[in-house]
Amino acid sequence: MTLSRRGLLQTGIGAFSLAMTTHKARADEPIRIGFLTVKTGPLAAGGIQMEQGMVLFLKERGNKLAGRDVKLIVADTAGSPATTRTKAQELVERDKAHVLIGPLAAFEALAIADYTTAQKIPTLGVAAAEDMTQRMASPWFVRGTASSAQCAHTMAFYAATELKYKRICVIGDDFAYGHEQNAGFQRVFEDNGGRVVQKLWPPLNAPDYGTYISQIKSNVDAVFMSFAGSNGFKFTKAYFEYGLGGKIPLLGGMTAMDEAILQQTGDDAVGVLTANWYSAQYDSPENKAFVAGMQRDYKVDPGYYAAGPAVEAAVLEAAMKTVGGDIDDRAALMKAIRTNLVPNTVRGPVRFDAGGQAVGNVYIRRAEKKGSKIVNAVIKTYPDVSQYWTYPEKEFLAQPPYSRDFPVARYLEN
Amino acid sequence: MQFWIVQGLNSLAMGGLLFLLSAGFSLIFGLLRIPNLAHGALFMLGAYFGAALLGEQVNFWLAALLSGAGVGMIGVVLEAVLLRRLAGNEQGQVLVTLGVAFIIADICLLAWGGDPMPLGAPRSLRPPVFIAGFAFPGYRLVVLGFALATALLLWLLLERTRLGAMIRAGVDDREMARSVGIPVSRLFSAVFFLGAFLAGVGGVIGGPILSAYPGLDADMLPLALVVVILGGVGSLPGALVGSLIVGLIYNFGSALFPDFAYVVLFLPMVVMLVVKPTGLFGRVLR
Amino acid sequence: MTARQVGCWLLVIAALAAVPFVLPSAFYLGIATHALIFAILALSLNILIGHGGMTSLGHAVYLGVPAYACAVLSMQAGWAPLPTILASLAIGTATSALFGILALRASGLGFLMITLALGQVMWGAAYRWVGLTGGDNGIRLSGRPHLFGIDLAEVLPFYVLVAAVLVGALFCLWQLDRSAFGACLRGTRDQPRRMRMLGHDVWRIRWVAFIASGFWGSVAGVLYCYDYQYVSPAALSLPQSAETLLMVVLGGAGTLAGPVAGAIIITIIKTVVSSYVDRWYSLLGLTFILVVSVMPRGLIPGLANWMRGKRA
Repeated sequence: MTLSRRGLLQTGIGAFSLAMTTHKARADEPIRIGFLTVKTGPLAAGGIQMEQGMVLFLKERGNKLAGRDVKLIVADTAGSPATTRTKAQELVERDKAHVLIGPLAAFEALAIADYTTAQKIPTLGVAAAEDMTQRMASPWFVRGTASSAQCAHTMAFYAATELKYKRICVIGDDFAYGHEQNAGFQRVFEDNGGRVVQKLWPPLNAPDYGTYISQIKSNVDAVFMSFAGSNGFKFTKAYFEYGLGGKIPLLGGMTAMDEAILQQTGDDAVGVLTANWYSAQYDSPENKAFVAGMQRDYKVDPGYYAAGPAVEAAVLEAAMKTVGGDIDDRAALMKAIRTNLVPNTVRGPVRFDAGGQAVGNVYIRRAEKKGSKIVNAVIKTYPDVSQYWTYPEKEFLAQPPYSRDFPVARYLEN
Repeated sequence: MQFWIVQGLNSLAMGGLLFLLSAGFSLIFGLLRIPNLAHGALFMLGAYFGAALLGEQVNFWLAALLSGAGVGMIGVVLEAVLLRRLAGNEQGQVLVTLGVAFIIADICLLAWGGDPMPLGAPRSLRPPVFIAGFAFPGYRLVVLGFALATALLLWLLLERTRLGAMIRAGVDDREMARSVGIPVSRLFSAVFFLGAFLAGVGGVIGGPILSAYPGLDADMLPLALVVVILGGVGSLPGALVGSLIVGLIYNFGSALFPDFAYVVLFLPMVVMLVVKPTGLFGRVLR
Repeated sequence: MTARQVGCWLLVIAALAAVPFVLPSAFYLGIATHALIFAILALSLNILIGHGGMTSLGHAVYLGVPAYACAVLSMQAGWAPLPTILASLAIGTATSALFGILALRASGLGFLMITLALGQVMWGAAYRWVGLTGGDNGIRLSGRPHLFGIDLAEVLPFYVLVAAVLVGALFCLWQLDRSAFGACLRGTRDQPRRMRMLGHDVWRIRWVAFIASGFWGSVAGVLYCYDYQYVSPAALSLPQSAETLLMVVLGGAGTLAGPVAGAIIITIIKTVVSSYVDRWYSLLGLTFILVVSVMPRGLIPGLANWMRGKRA
């Protein structure tokens, strides 16, 4: 009886009053959010920003979500899948976390996916691995940020239809995240009349991009780069050293020209177009407050890694309100997370599709000088972008996942 | 044709960078028999020092010198306090130097945060040079020249000066050198200073290409090992030739066989070591 | 066995049996399980370092290759657990037989570099051979198997299995140490030339040691695969190799207890201490430095010396 009523009244007063009766006994206890991030080693840059974004979000709410105190438990995965699993167990079994947010990297998220599903722990992810919300979707997992290709699809559409580019070279880190972005870019670009004529794959730990940059064809309309971490910064620098900067336009995926590396890249960044589900320049009261807070506390503009947890936390907060603060009924909480439309996260409105992937705005951003600093100015907004782009979900999922070799590049010129 | 010229230049430039990275490692290993696994971390520390100094508007070459001196002093302390007592205990040296590398990496993360820090080359060296109609970054040629000059200076120091003769004597037979009045432990400090100094300077000179970022240490250490092994342990000309060969293998390998980019350095190295375990110029490895 | 040795073994078994009762929760028992698996891995590397005097910086190969074999055979080929395990051990051991032939062309630093290079080649292959390994996304297992009617999914049975394997490994390595072969191996470490003069085939002795090391590493690799139920290139990485080497050297190469102690200490710092100390990475480095400064030959030999000194 309870269940059917809850099914009917998905949100609002009904569920609220119902939940009030069950959770009263524990209402004085804080909600425990387990936060998986990387604080040591080479991946720590993004991991530290994740923590900053999360801490700021909670601080601005007086460490309360939906009227209940929050205890944030931060665990350092050290960027190792084995440690990530141990830390997830620690958060769930020892610290009795109610929900998990994180971790940073795809291989970390995949290392704990089965565990969090088996434990029925609501997990709000940041890592982009496509299949986590597609062919291996879990009822206990959602991602308020984006799948690898979600923003690359959008960039490709913009490049083909607005910029009228015909021939593009794609370059990206030679691992799953780079493969998935470039594959998504290629598919949408070619379906809209463009051609990917060259693909380059530098290894993730390439000491230098000179070898690859000097292979870029001189007769392409643009280069699309899908780098992560500091690689976008290193690539762009070298691109200018080799005299290509300003000659062949640079396009990028969601982490290629992140706010975290924008100032360091300096004038070389100006003019680079990237697609992302977030921009520190996105004009909304929530985001303005968030950016001001990051500036005040950490002296930086938030980017992908800081904004991700802020989106996830806003999704969690909305769901907490829906279930009236009763975090112990995990099934109800998860249902609220998946069915709510959250209107005002720092990235704009967010809702989830059946796979648990956020559907929301994707911004085309151009790096521009604004006073003494460089910002990713929003030049076009694509609303309601799905991880499947405009392809039917069934057809999309029936195909193999995006990879280095799928979809097949028919127009390569070598 | 253009492909071969540009990739050839890329290879040479990278070889120069690799020599700056590995000269100090080769020196310390060859002369003192200490496998200094903190070398990558010292190189990274040099790059961070350089980035910090350049941020304060210090002249580029002065910043390189100051960073080298700073890292060199750290090397001296490392040798005097920790490594001197472990002479001959190779496993202990591995443990200590890796421990120091962990600490340096963690301190850099704490001090400078995780975001990459750029090191700008001097403005006059930045513009691309046009060779036969295509652009090549001028600074990379400067790095190559700097590496060659460093190699020459080091060779002169070791082979043509009194200090160099004393160092070689101390290395060949420690007790004998001591008995003829050569201050061996001070000499060893000097060698360690020089090795660490080279790492620090290399970090700054290589900075405009590599920049300073967490993980630079772990990216660089295997490269230094490859160079030194390929060229032969403790041989300065070997380190130079090894650097250039690694530059060639890396650039042409990853351009011609893109599918093997991840193993393009180590697969040839396995083959070479299996065929000639002493390296190209090395003595027997013990 | 002397009475004292029997006493030692009983003590080890009693200590391992007491762990589940002493630890406050299943979570900590899980960490103990991780630590013991790495203890087996460190013990396997110790055959090379401690007994053979060959410092390898590529031992992650014998963790990662059988772990991948185990994951691929059970998930993609759909094999039953027992054949999967046996085949994985065979694949790991065969890899060591092959790589031993290559690496033993050199000794000393050359050996270290060949093992490092082979490790990097395997890591690169795991990263790029996406069709087989899943690349950087790795392979997920669908759970732990039932073995001989025991469900290993629970923490306690799996711990018992790992502890039993560890005791088995300790016993075998103890026997190896006492055997004629162990004496020969130490001979090749200390006096390779004399061993050659005495008519021993130094190369063959080292090669057999390399294979034995690969076999016990593979045992750890299969357990690792079932423990974490996820394999990715991290299992084959240089940091994993370096960490294994550090475990052996920290505890004391050439001893039985040393690698176990090293594995336990490093695992505890990485997983437990890191929850309380933000700069645990520095603490780990500091631990290495302190131990070597006080006890240059590692923890266990240092403690043994100290006890002897007290008694005298």
